[in-house]
Amino acid sequence: MKMKLHEYQAKQVFAQAGIDVPDSRLATTVDEAVEAAESIGFPVAIKAQVHVGGRGKAGGIELVETPEDAREAAARILGMEIKGYQVDCLLVEAAVNFVDELYLGVTMDRGAGRPVAMVSTRGGVDIEEVAENQPASIARERVDPAFGLQAYQARKAVYDAGVDRDVALDVAGVLTSLYKIWDDRDGADAEINPLMLTEDREVVAADAVLNIDDDALFRQPELAEMEEEAAEDELEAQANEYGFDYVRLEGNVGIVGNGAGLVMTTLDLVDYYGGAPANFLDIGGGAKAERVANALDMVFSDENVDSVVFNIFGGITRGDEVATGINEALSGFDRIPKPVTVRLAGTNAAEGMEILNDDLVAVEETLEGVVKRAVADAEEVTL
Amino acid sequence: MSAFVDADTRVVVQGITGGEGQFHTEQMIEYGTNVVAGAVPGKGGQEVAGVPVYDTVARAVREEDADASVVFVPPAFAADALYEALDTPLNLVVAITEGIPTQDMTGVKRRLSETDTSLIGPNCPGVITPGEAKLGILPGNIFSPGKVGLVSRSGTLTYQIVNSMTQRGVGQSTAVGIGGDPIIGTSFVDTLDRFEADTDTEAVVMCGEIGGEDEERAAQHIAESMDTPVVGFIAGRTAPPGKRMGHAGAIVSGGGAGTAASKIDALENAGVTVGDTPAEVVKSVEALL
Repeated sequence: MKMKLHEYQAKQVFAQAGIDVPDSRLATTVDEAVEAAESIGFPVAIKAQVHVGGRGKAGGIELVETPEDAREAAARILGMEIKGYQVDCLLVEAAVNFVDELYLGVTMDRGAGRPVAMVSTRGGVDIEEVAENQPASIARERVDPAFGLQAYQARKAVYDAGVDRDVALDVAGVLTSLYKIWDDRDGADAEINPLMLTEDREVVAADAVLNIDDDALFRQPELAEMEEEAAEDELEAQANEYGFDYVRLEGNVGIVGNGAGLVMTTLDLVDYYGGAPANFLDIGGGAKAERVANALDMVFSDENVDSVVFNIFGGITRGDEVATGINEALSGFDRIPKPVTVRLAGTNAAEGMEILNDDLVAVEETLEGVVKRAVADAEEVTL
Repeated sequence: MSAFVDADTRVVVQGITGGEGQFHTEQMIEYGTNVVAGAVPGKGGQEVAGVPVYDTVARAVREEDADASVVFVPPAFAADALYEALDTPLNLVVAITEGIPTQDMTGVKRRLSETDTSLIGPNCPGVITPGEAKLGILPGNIFSPGKVGLVSRSGTLTYQIVNSMTQRGVGQSTAVGIGGDPIIGTSFVDTLDRFEADTDTEAVVMCGEIGGEDEERAAQHIAESMDTPVVGFIAGRTAPPGKRMGHAGAIVSGGGAGTAASKIDALENAGVTVGDTPAEVVKSVEALL
């Protein structure tokens, strides 16, 4: 998974690496925004700082020419919600007078297992759409990780993309810097979209994306400090705290399981048997009572959930330990708030099933059985 | 003959002195795996689970004639451990470690391409030839010897399907978990090649999941160069775009790449029977034998 930086954070990193970015200031109140705009000088762009793409389309970016307009725009954008994320912070930035917009990106080519550097002259729009509709308009250079992006490769990508020749070497220089940032900072994706080309033939990074590989944060302490809770809802934030892999979905059958593949399969089976999964929740290895309790607590507190599948395949973990965990977790309840069906399989599963307090939960022996039962329970509640 | 490992495979465990390394070394030995050495820098001369520990992998290989390694080294040091393993003439390296930085793995994968060694994983449960040897953390008791080769990106899903197979009397020739990370050593295609060449394997079960294009590549490979019949399963049909389902690799992009539908189509077009449920998969493979 990756940690997303805000535009202003990414721009700090880019600027440190020598990439030109517009003059800008951060604001968390309307007054601060107006003050920032006046000190930078109009026109300025007022930009929502949120961890989602497409904020321009959603009204999260506005170009303003006067203090009054700046005040109005800041008041409108601060606090607005973009794709579930609330805007708490604005970047007020000198507007760039551009004649062309380019796209530069560095990411991991998963199939090849190698980094890839990309350039396109169709910047300023959704690059995924460009990739889909005009794949040939994106020049790509695969990088040998043992040697890094060579200068000639950056030039080749820029010339292949058809960037104006008088700025080609400048753009190649930016691409080289972008690759170095990606490489040094354990980037998952590094993008400049758009890289603006001004009338004076300057190249300026008008936007900046830098996502960091979560698994590498231990060696990127400066960036790790920038991490903030960016969960879309309370339950996802809660899951982060408990250390669960959790995704909230739209349905009403809650799911708790272990192992990504098996939990995904459980979701699919709920759907297959006519139900709708409410979540993906992988409690991972081990069968500690506390983890079991936290997981049940999470699905119980999701108001969409009408019934719960609890499916554990104890590999190395013993089924009797899991069962003890479930019993302990449920002993705190006078009454189980939502029907729970448990299936234990694998090591010591039979012993586990025997230990399970079946006054509190229903038990099933097969994966298909536990899913069917929970789907039926959920239907009953709905009726 | 076996696809990856057998009772004669001589195993060195990297990270044998850690909690997980030690526990699983004992489990592997109990299963019958021929664990001959451990390798941990600074711990040479110790003994764990009756096995001598060496400071370097090279020394363990030299002294004990090891030909395979299992890596339980923590993520921050795992790439180093893998480079070390790849610098020796080992045939097989199995990386159990979860959470290795992706850029570390691009380097390892680059180095791997220069060697004759196979890497399974990382972030995987390992590989087992039932009744002979297991390298990794797979629970030996659910497996039974037989004719079906199984390859999967997921540990517990492997256990689910293997357990049903064993209960129905369908044994396994080899089961291998290739791992859920975006960058892995041995791919589906590599494993399918091994199964095709393995005289003990008469049918194959391949369990894929959303994300990436490995399953699509495997489908093409099956159509072009496999005679052994394959039964497939794809997890993640209900996964919404942009959400990572547990595995770092299990994510469907907004552009629609890596969806379950695309993978199922590709496999079915290659003549693979794709089960809607794990139970269907087991029934289909049973019918092939």
